[in-house]
Amino acid sequence: MVIDQTNQASAPSAAIRIANLSFAYHTKPALHDITLDLSAHQITALIGPSGCGKSTLLRCCNRINERIAGAHITAGSIHIHGIDINRPDIDLQELRRRVGMVFQKYNPFPKSIFENVVFSLRLSGIRKRSELDEAAEAALHAAALWDEVKDRLHTSALGLSGGQQQRLCIARAIASQPDILLMDEPCAALDPIATLKIEELLHQLKQQFTIVIVTHNMAQATRCADHTAFMYLGKLIEFAPTLQLFNTPRHPQTLAYVTGSFG
Amino acid sequence: MHNPESLIRKGLPKGHLKDRLVRFSLGAVTYLIVVIAALLFFKIIKDGAPVLLTTKAPYVDLGFLLDKNETLHVFDDAQGQRHQLAASKYSAYVKDHASETIYNEQTFSYSGGGIIGPIAGTVLLTVGSMVLALFFGVSAAIYLSEYAKQSPFIHAVRLAILNLAGIPSIVFGLFGFSVFVLAVPVITSTPSERSLLTLPLFIGNAVLSFQGWNSSLLAGCATLACMILPVIITASEESLRAVPQGFRDAALAMGATRWQTIRTCVLPFSIPGILTSSLLAITRVAGETAPIMFTAAVAAKDDLPWQSLANPFDLLSSQVQALPYHIYTLAARIPASEYTQRAQYGSVFVFLILVASLSFGSMLLRAKLRSKLKW
Repeated sequence: MVIDQTNQASAPSAAIRIANLSFAYHTKPALHDITLDLSAHQITALIGPSGCGKSTLLRCCNRINERIAGAHITAGSIHIHGIDINRPDIDLQELRRRVGMVFQKYNPFPKSIFENVVFSLRLSGIRKRSELDEAAEAALHAAALWDEVKDRLHTSALGLSGGQQQRLCIARAIASQPDILLMDEPCAALDPIATLKIEELLHQLKQQFTIVIVTHNMAQATRCADHTAFMYLGKLIEFAPTLQLFNTPRHPQTLAYVTGSFG
Repeated sequence: MHNPESLIRKGLPKGHLKDRLVRFSLGAVTYLIVVIAALLFFKIIKDGAPVLLTTKAPYVDLGFLLDKNETLHVFDDAQGQRHQLAASKYSAYVKDHASETIYNEQTFSYSGGGIIGPIAGTVLLTVGSMVLALFFGVSAAIYLSEYAKQSPFIHAVRLAILNLAGIPSIVFGLFGFSVFVLAVPVITSTPSERSLLTLPLFIGNAVLSFQGWNSSLLAGCATLACMILPVIITASEESLRAVPQGFRDAALAMGATRWQTIRTCVLPFSIPGILTSSLLAITRVAGETAPIMFTAAVAAKDDLPWQSLANPFDLLSSQVQALPYHIYTLAARIPASEYTQRAQYGSVFVFLILVASLSFGSMLLRAKLRSKLKW
């Protein structure tokens, strides 16, 4: 594993600190000894071929993997802002409120746009209309969707285009003011124009959130990410500032992957 | 190609006759079934429709639908004119014509008046059993699809539930009789003599007595609910599984608990599916005779179920009439004659319309909900 030392130096500000993490589905190992520090207010891209464990790693950060029977961490730890999130006394709901997630396939609920955005607020028991309205507007502004939907907040979210639905999912994820935003191939189901909009959005969101994005699109990683991690077969091969990883990769496997001569 | 002429056949195609024969006999079987069904419906409609439908507005014989069931009296008066009167009208007639003699009097049980009693009883049984079955069925389905780990044991449980659907309804009737009528516990201060077991509760002189609910609306509803539980559980589980996984993931990722996820993001979207498949169960509940024969139904009852009750809860412990059981009584317990036909065919016709409209309603509802909920 090649780790850029400059990154190690900035470790104290790490939002997510993954140390020697190994993970398995039942007996089938999925991640091997991954050590990775992700800095706050940066975009980190996880790249690598399908099945290399990018999504698994992402899903470890809000423990949503636990939904799958038999999925468990076999070694190592993940600290978020210094707290070990696998402690038995973690408030799982609060953790997920602080670590938002956007999925590959946009999945708004078949409810109104407004109800989608305020879903997490309603979960935490906020009933006051003015508070909900305010939060919904702020989240939709942040997701660059407000101007497109402000006149139809109470119509079904399923009437939006694919790109709008995905931005609605982003708005929904950031409505509860998380610190970290995990994005699992957020543009995989979108056309290039919608993808571009999401990428522009990422740059704005970076001011507020620490973003981890899984992507298959290497061009997307170069356009958006400050740092990029290349994973292969459940191992972290190389982690470096994006330009460095793509222009002067240190590991031959990274070179093979980013130049397309993989295999 | 060697000898291309061989491509052209001489005479009929190979197996032509056999093909024709198979096609004909399969078609004949199909249309035979259609003809039998058509004859059945034709007979019921031909004999039943005149009872219910009239030529004058409102075109429906409301008396038949809304009057209580009574014994029919048939007699000739002194002028030789034949009268058919239900018991209450008959006694009024006798009072008015006290001086006259009547001749050739015959009585036919259950054949006079209307069928409001059986209709009301069927409605109560249906509503009650659907409430019970939906509560227990949806709870079990939520557990099976959302909480239970998919282990061999859960598969066995699911298989057992599916197999319940194949049990004949008479067996459910006897089960309901032995459990709900005779054995379930009730809290009472005066336990029955045949109570299987009484446990003191130390609250006043109340005891928990395993003496059953007797033949009652509640016992009938519980028995019917048991009968349709497998259908409801299976259908509900399917509907719950049809809700996309993404909704659950999204809700969990936003900090919802398991139950919040189910309550806000799974159950609301599966309710249309649960309800439409449950409507099919309603037609079955409304139509079954065997499960209620021993547990709830009574052939004759003077009052409507909700009349002359000491308190509203007595409704649950009273026996009721029911349409399918009424039809069974009319068909099997009284001699058929020209005077009983009105009650017999009329009841069957009303019953058929009831069940048909329920099925039709469920089809409409399903079509409407399907078009509304898509993802």
